[in-house]
Amino acid sequence: MLQVRDLRCARGGVPVLEGVTFDLNAGEALILRGPNGVGKTTLLRTLAGLQPPLDGTVDYPEATGAYASHADGIKTALTVTENLTFWAQVYGLTVPDTVFAAFDLDGLRSRAAGTLSAGQKRRLGLARLGVIGRKVLFLDEPTVSLDAFSVRNFAGWMRDVHLAQGGCAVIATHIDLGLDVPTLDLTPFVAQADATGGSDEAFL
Amino acid sequence: MKALLWRDLALAVRAGGGFGLGLAFFLIVVVLVPFGVGPDRSVLALIAPGILWVAALLAALLSLDRIFALDFEDGSLALLATAPLPLEGVALIKAFAHWITTGLPLTLVAPALGFFLNMQPAAYAYLLVSLAIGTPALSMIGSFGAALTVGLRRGGLLLSLLVLPLYVPTLIFGAEAVRRGVDGTGAAAPLMLMGAITLGCFALLPFAAAAVLRINLR
Repeated sequence: MLQVRDLRCARGGVPVLEGVTFDLNAGEALILRGPNGVGKTTLLRTLAGLQPPLDGTVDYPEATGAYASHADGIKTALTVTENLTFWAQVYGLTVPDTVFAAFDLDGLRSRAAGTLSAGQKRRLGLARLGVIGRKVLFLDEPTVSLDAFSVRNFAGWMRDVHLAQGGCAVIATHIDLGLDVPTLDLTPFVAQADATGGSDEAFL
Repeated sequence: MKALLWRDLALAVRAGGGFGLGLAFFLIVVVLVPFGVGPDRSVLALIAPGILWVAALLAALLSLDRIFALDFEDGSLALLATAPLPLEGVALIKAFAHWITTGLPLTLVAPALGFFLNMQPAAYAYLLVSLAIGTPALSMIGSFGAALTVGLRRGGLLLSLLVLPLYVPTLIFGAEAVRRGVDGTGAAAPLMLMGAITLGCFALLPFAAAAVLRINLR
């Protein structure tokens, strides 16, 4: 479902990763690991199409990818339900009722998102993934500020709903999600110090 | 696209959304002018259309940096960029939402404020029409400027410097249309030229705004 070949990507004009190659089939997930600054976020942004790769290819069926960043992208002046409804409508869908229970948001439906705690906001941000119906997810530190219970809850949704329904996911994380999936350490793919090609010179 | 429009309008009218800010600014500027230039009614009547146009332009400028900056800060813009909506459509819708929350109310209250400035009766209709045609261009040009400066901290000032010169043609034709309407020398030509500028902005600038957003999101 997702094929990545010899991917080379840059951050701020400096190449950070090269030669990244992996395959994911439907129902599979991949955990990205590596020290801070190794390029996990850069890789995920490149996979999601927010920045072009310097080299190599990323291949997945059109209109199936979705990205979740460090920031949740929720509007504090809107309620939980309004936030989710907005994202569902952007993707031409409606909010399934099960998503509130899946992300433990049942009691918070009509609360303004600005009054939620950091962990609750994160749950709302993750619940977005449950309403947009995308198969290939690129998740950047999805468990930041979640408590142990919510982490298990999220891992459960990932395993029993998303992956079970034929989705796949690339997840950058530092903690053990309790998912039985392969791990990719990015340290061996760090670009050589003298690597060039990340400059915007041609553009400027 | 409709969902995005509704969301932007809802955000604008809720707490901290800044709806009415531009309107209040417009009101204050227009009320301050007679204090500055003195109460001579013939002078006020002469400068009223120009003052109203400049004030409307500055009021529209006030809320421009919110068009993309808030969505950029909370991460929504990156999520929208990976959503099925084309970024060109996002830029267009956001400019339209900005016009509904600033340009449209400004247009509607401008005749009332013209009364404060002793504007000639013949000018009211021309003022309303010229603002209705011209303010959408202000929002669209501003949305492009906001896209250019979206990643910058304190980008608001730079945004003003970038956008104000681009507002000049709209301002010239807008104020000229009202002046000619009062003189009876035919306001059709400046109104049509202003309409052409507005249509041109809406045809071209969403693509330019989307292109700079993509670069800023890298």
